[in-house]
Amino acid sequence: MTLTIILVALLVVAALVTVMAARIMWAAIALAATSAVLTILMFRLDAPLAAVFELSVCAGLIPAIFISTISLTRRLTPEALAQRKREKLRRYAPLPILVIVVAAILVQSHLALDFPPPPPAQETDVRNVLWNLRHIDLVGQIVVLMGAAFAVVVLLKELKRDK
Amino acid sequence: MISLFILVPLAGLILLNLPFTGGLRRATWGFALAVALAEAGAVLLAPAAWWTTPTPMDRFFAFALAAPDVSRVLLLSIGIVLFAALAVARSMIEDSRRRSNFASLLLVSLVGMNGAVLVTDLFSLYVFLEVASVASFVLIAFNRDSRALEGAFKYIILSVVATVLMVSAVALLLMVAGGTSYEAVRSALDSSGDALVAKIAVGAFIAGLFIKGGLVPFHGWLPDAYAAAPAPVSILLAGIVTKVMGIYALVRLAGEVFVPAGPLGDVLMLVGAVSIVVGALAALVQTDLKRMLAYSSISQVGYIVLGVGCFASAGPSEAASLALVGAVFHLFNHAIFKSLLFVNSAAIEQRLGTTDMNRMRGLGSRMPLTGTTSVIAALSTAGVPPLAGFWSKLIIVIALWQAHDYGYAGLAVLMSVVTLAYMLVMQRRIFFGKVSDEFAHVEEAGLGLVVPALVLAILVVAVGLLVPWVLDTFMLPVAGLF
Repeated sequence: MTLTIILVALLVVAALVTVMAARIMWAAIALAATSAVLTILMFRLDAPLAAVFELSVCAGLIPAIFISTISLTRRLTPEALAQRKREKLRRYAPLPILVIVVAAILVQSHLALDFPPPPPAQETDVRNVLWNLRHIDLVGQIVVLMGAAFAVVVLLKELKRDK
Repeated sequence: MISLFILVPLAGLILLNLPFTGGLRRATWGFALAVALAEAGAVLLAPAAWWTTPTPMDRFFAFALAAPDVSRVLLLSIGIVLFAALAVARSMIEDSRRRSNFASLLLVSLVGMNGAVLVTDLFSLYVFLEVASVASFVLIAFNRDSRALEGAFKYIILSVVATVLMVSAVALLLMVAGGTSYEAVRSALDSSGDALVAKIAVGAFIAGLFIKGGLVPFHGWLPDAYAAAPAPVSILLAGIVTKVMGIYALVRLAGEVFVPAGPLGDVLMLVGAVSIVVGALAALVQTDLKRMLAYSSISQVGYIVLGVGCFASAGPSEAASLALVGAVFHLFNHAIFKSLLFVNSAAIEQRLGTTDMNRMRGLGSRMPLTGTTSVIAALSTAGVPPLAGFWSKLIIVIALWQAHDYGYAGLAVLMSVVTLAYMLVMQRRIFFGKVSDEFAHVEEAGLGLVVPALVLAILVVAVGLLVPWVLDTFMLPVAGLF
């Protein structure tokens, strides 16, 4: 229980750093750290497959793409960085306080999850759920990817052609 | 056969965009138009048995789909609005490559909307709402100018908030119900609807739908997105996308899934009433035509939500059935007359190069067909008899009165007068008076813009005149669903 609380606290801190970091590179690294902590939490909650997805995609692939893209951009000048830090502080200073207040309310309220136990799941094997029971969601996800591909064509490839 | 509503556009989308079929890509616009007309035609002409007959492909795809009467009204609306958007795109997007890309994105959006309308599972509903959202992000930014990118960015940010709320709600409901099908969630809410976690989940999901539907106070993205998007995209967004993503889902869930969960109806009525007032008052002071129409959409969608709220709060009664019929009827009518107003706005934008109403005057003499169809749409929006908008608003007001919600009924009538005011001000500014020198040589828009405007205007008048048939055939059966 203590380890879980420590991990949740770390998760929140990493997420806050992601939002509040002045350098975008630090934000990308903090995002990867957030996903890494979440991965450990998922393992502890007996969701190894979800944890593996989280680790490989959210903690691995996505930050890698972000960091590769950021490395192609110019660094901020010291003056611009100082300005950005001031702006971030002014904009997001209430955020940690808000997080602490919400956490305190949640802890103090002793949320009662008073509902009868749900009926047993129709299928517990994730592979079977994904490939045999949720065809419609797989189709939906394929179409989302196609939408993303058209986004690249319409917003980036066409832009290059116009130039 | 209803899986065809998802599989046909998807198959076309894939086949027409394969790398080695370069020439075929030019046919994407025609294919999308054929699919849109076929969709509307299927709703109008297919016999009852067609809707439940399985296709040979159903052996490979285990889709849990259903097309109750409310879904069929939405499928019809989607087909009509898609036709208008594609017809306008033909005129306004001259480059054939860009037009093909536009049509492909429209097909992505179509798969998303059809899926959302037909699924019977909360998680699947979320997936297909995301499909439609992704297509909308790209479509809003289609012109890649700074306004379009800003509008798309605002939409993405608020849409992500909606996504977080909806996914969290689905997770909580899965915990309570052990499944995410509408039936499982309904059954769990019947037994555990008073549990705090169930109330949080329902509240979060509804808040997500409010954002997607652009209801006050979650409407920040909508005016920018509608105003910044290219004309065909504005037609699509205002005509149908936000209705499927926010309002249809609200109708379906409020009736079929969430009813036992707390004072949902009262919340919906309050949000609907606030949206009606804020949208109408904001529309009064706009000087940009597309922004004015965007705020008008918020106000009109408020009427639909007010009807849904009355249905959810009245319990099983004649007033509840009437409220539901009125809400779905107004959803259909609004899809038609708001699409028509945006087609008119596209015609004006194409001819004048601006949508600033302060610069316009007397265009009625130069663009008579655009002016006439615009007057029809404006009067229908304001609820002037015998046009379509009058009947749906009347049904909502009668339902509110029967449910003893006299305050809301009075407000709905009063704000119709405000709607009439801003619509007449808009007409006077744009079409009446002596034409300004700047636009003295403007000509009527081309056939690509006039034909969809005429078709939609005829629909607005026909639905108003044939209201008994429309109610008997499409709208009244909706009340039997829940």
